[in-house]
Amino acid sequence: MKFVIDDWYTRHRKDEIIVEYKGEFTPKLISNLLDVAESKLDEVATPSKIRKKIYNSLVEGLQNLFHHSCKEDIDKQGAIFGAILLIKIGESFKLILGNYTKSNNERFLIDRIEQINSLSKDELKQLYKMILNNKEFSEKGGGGLGMIDIARKTGSKYEYNFYPVEESYMFFELMININ
Amino acid sequence: MESIVREGTQKTPSIEFDAKVGKIEIKGRSIPENSIEFYNPLIAWLEEYSGNAKPTTEVNIQLEYFNTSSSKCILDVFKKLEVVAKAGSDVKVNWFYEEDDEDMLEAGEDYQSIIKLPFKMIEIEE
Repeated sequence: MKFVIDDWYTRHRKDEIIVEYKGEFTPKLISNLLDVAESKLDEVATPSKIRKKIYNSLVEGLQNLFHHSCKEDIDKQGAIFGAILLIKIGESFKLILGNYTKSNNERFLIDRIEQINSLSKDELKQLYKMILNNKEFSEKGGGGLGMIDIARKTGSKYEYNFYPVEESYMFFELMININ
Repeated sequence: MESIVREGTQKTPSIEFDAKVGKIEIKGRSIPENSIEFYNPLIAWLEEYSGNAKPTTEVNIQLEYFNTSSSKCILDVFKKLEVVAKAGSDVKVNWFYEEDDEDMLEAGEDYQSIIKLPFKMIEIEE
């Protein structure tokens, strides 16, 4: 079955939506989304501890999308195109990120996520510190720390899926619960 | 040498690097997409400061949020401060975190375990 981003997006638009966006990502747009997220999170009156974890995960998730999304996606040539949803299910939150990526990134991403999912909180802390202190960051920054940071702060495991789009592209879906 | 004073923005912290009194302050949010661009001038300033540092240097870090791309830059700031200490200045780091913000306390402890400078963890009321 052909992957259609609109269908994927509609499928995730449920429960209480705190933030949602599908389209082109720019630094300005990310700032605006963070603004909206912050005021909406204030409204739902979650304890500040959780609000901070959510905001932090959003910052990292959005910046990962911005830096690592495939820029040659088929929906919009030359733009960074992806989607984000933050939904509230009962008392817990779910962050859903989606972006196009080259098919040959799949193995790397699976290995990275499985590694993170297999580590305890303390092991994540050690890995974070090791990368922070040893690894040179690229111009994009990060150095893979973003995904580790989200996992470390939320204490949750990632769920993910890859949807083939065409031979050389896939749509990468990454989800994490925050509670 | 000249001081660096910058107002904070939605994505970058306020900065006060004062060579005359030996005070280094970073406060607010540090979540820029390109943190290297933001921090490079600060690192360069510290490099120069290490050549004519005050007998004591007070470092106040009070961050509400920082992204992982800033985390490496903040480490670089601390590494330059180690050089300042080696040059003979008594460098003291005050790491402020909001009440209940265990993640920010832990972030300070991460730096404390990597950096050879005295850290003081200070809880502030929200």
